[in-house]
Amino acid sequence: MQNGESDVLNEFQRGDAAAFETLFHQHQRAVYFWILRITRNPAAAEDLTVETFWRVYSAHARFEPERGFEGWARRIATRAALDWLRARRTESELSTEMLSKVAAPAEADPAVTAEIRLKTAMAFARLPPKLRIAATLTVIEELPQKDVAAALGISVAAVKLRVFRALRLLRKDLEKQGITP
Amino acid sequence: MNKDDQDRMKKLLQQALPPVRRDAEPRHDLWPAMLRRLNARPATTVWAGFNSAWFDGTLAAGLVALIASSPASIPVILYYL
Repeated sequence: MQNGESDVLNEFQRGDAAAFETLFHQHQRAVYFWILRITRNPAAAEDLTVETFWRVYSAHARFEPERGFEGWARRIATRAALDWLRARRTESELSTEMLSKVAAPAEADPAVTAEIRLKTAMAFARLPPKLRIAATLTVIEELPQKDVAAALGISVAAVKLRVFRALRLLRKDLEKQGITP
Repeated sequence: MNKDDQDRMKKLLQQALPPVRRDAEPRHDLWPAMLRRLNARPATTVWAGFNSAWFDGTLAAGLVALIASSPASIPVILYYL
């Protein structure tokens, strides 16, 4: 960690507003992108980025500069996104249009129809938020399990278990709809 | 669910929900919104904090009572944690 960066972190920890503004501008894109990966909703990701930095600012006294800012902010962002997922039914907002708005173009498997994709997305949205976050970050976003574990504040083994449970519940839901993966 | 089943489910999920575009970023600078949030009245008051602590305490006491009266519920509680 460079001296200038270290100074900003120490000043932020003491509650300096200018240091907070510097950190906000340095990290807002990364925090936004992280939250977007979880919520897949750009408007919500913007609101939650502000909410995350509000929580960050409120908790400045508990911040440990030697442990770095990014991981700490990411954990807070993950909790804010989890609260958001718990508070609303994203299933009702899903549509093919919405799904393609934020996603990168994927190589479509001709055997998987648009209807199956939408039903899968809707079934996924019905999963418990804790399982959904773990599966989103590891399976869809293909992030390293240790990074996901750190963001969620759990062990790698717990991440694996949540992903397994998410996939199992998803398969059961799809089977009920007559879709055999 | 075996390894093949898991791999099939992963592929289906990736087809249904591709990853977010790497170039995604906010539509505008969020600092003005942050300033408005900072200048707004704090959401948490002393009374709200008290209510929250009271609620957490009641919830914890309820859980302990449930576990004491029905130890068989422990796996169910752990499952939903």
